[in-house]
Amino acid sequence: MKFAGFLLFGAAMTSSPLMAQDQLPPAPYAYRQLSDPKLEAKAEALMGTLRCLQCQSQSIADSDAPIAGDMRSEVRLRIAAGEDPEVIRRWLMERYGDYVSYKPEISRTTWPLFAVPLVLILLAVAIVWRRVGRPS
Amino acid sequence: MTRWRLWIPLLLFAGFIGLAAYLLPQPKDDFVHSRMIGKAMPFFQLPQALPDKPTVTSAIFADGKPRLLNIFASWCVPCAAEAPQLQQLRQAGATIVGVDIRDRSEDLTRFLAQNGDPYQAIGADDVSRVQFLLGSSGVPETFVIDGHGVITYQHIGDIRADDVPMLLAKLREAGA
Repeated sequence: MKFAGFLLFGAAMTSSPLMAQDQLPPAPYAYRQLSDPKLEAKAEALMGTLRCLQCQSQSIADSDAPIAGDMRSEVRLRIAAGEDPEVIRRWLMERYGDYVSYKPEISRTTWPLFAVPLVLILLAVAIVWRRVGRPS
Repeated sequence: MTRWRLWIPLLLFAGFIGLAAYLLPQPKDDFVHSRMIGKAMPFFQLPQALPDKPTVTSAIFADGKPRLLNIFASWCVPCAAEAPQLQQLRQAGATIVGVDIRDRSEDLTRFLAQNGDPYQAIGADDVSRVQFLLGSSGVPETFVIDGHGVITYQHIGDIRADDVPMLLAKLREAGA
């Protein structure tokens, strides 16, 4: 009985999962760099600031999810075709919202993040000014 | 210095605790919703997924007939789970076209033989291109497209039994 359990355990440990994801080779430029190092650097910089849609805490440069590979290929092909990185970012944001970009942007919902520190600094300066700046 | 001012920091702190206590237990929405709802279907062309099945291009959506566009793949387990619901939709008169993501035709043939074939047409998308065009981030997803080729609704994840009447209603809204 124990032996049977051991066998079962061994089988479970060594068998490959029945349903992997897809079995297609990755998209043409998912794991291949562009031959022009300047263009590749441009693409890398952009890919590092685009969010993977599947593993949502990784950039597409970091992720091995198939859709991230497809996105890298899309980005590299567009960069190779001479498209501006920020145009590509806009194109993706039109479809997925701010969500897809890691680059901080000031918008209707994010402006307090930028405004609050400024207000706090001004407040602190005002307090320090009142206490120290004008000794009576 | 009036006495009430002493309470301001405590009130601010209490306000912060209150805000955190209210927001932290809110359910988290991990779905990435498409921004393409209400917009026209972007141009695309796909090769046929199967030799005996017409393919899907953006041109077919402008013929006045609303459709469901189902993003699926044979390797996707929830896609097999939603197959009966797609059959139900098909029987209720919905026209369903499929975009098959990163798939091989022999796997697709086996998948359709096992789970049924509700599709009027299937296009093969090996690089997730149509997903990017539609703002779709996973498999399966189902879009409602009206007769003018405008995207009117996105359903993320597999279609459950209780989603069927909802999707039929969305199709009716789109002019079916």
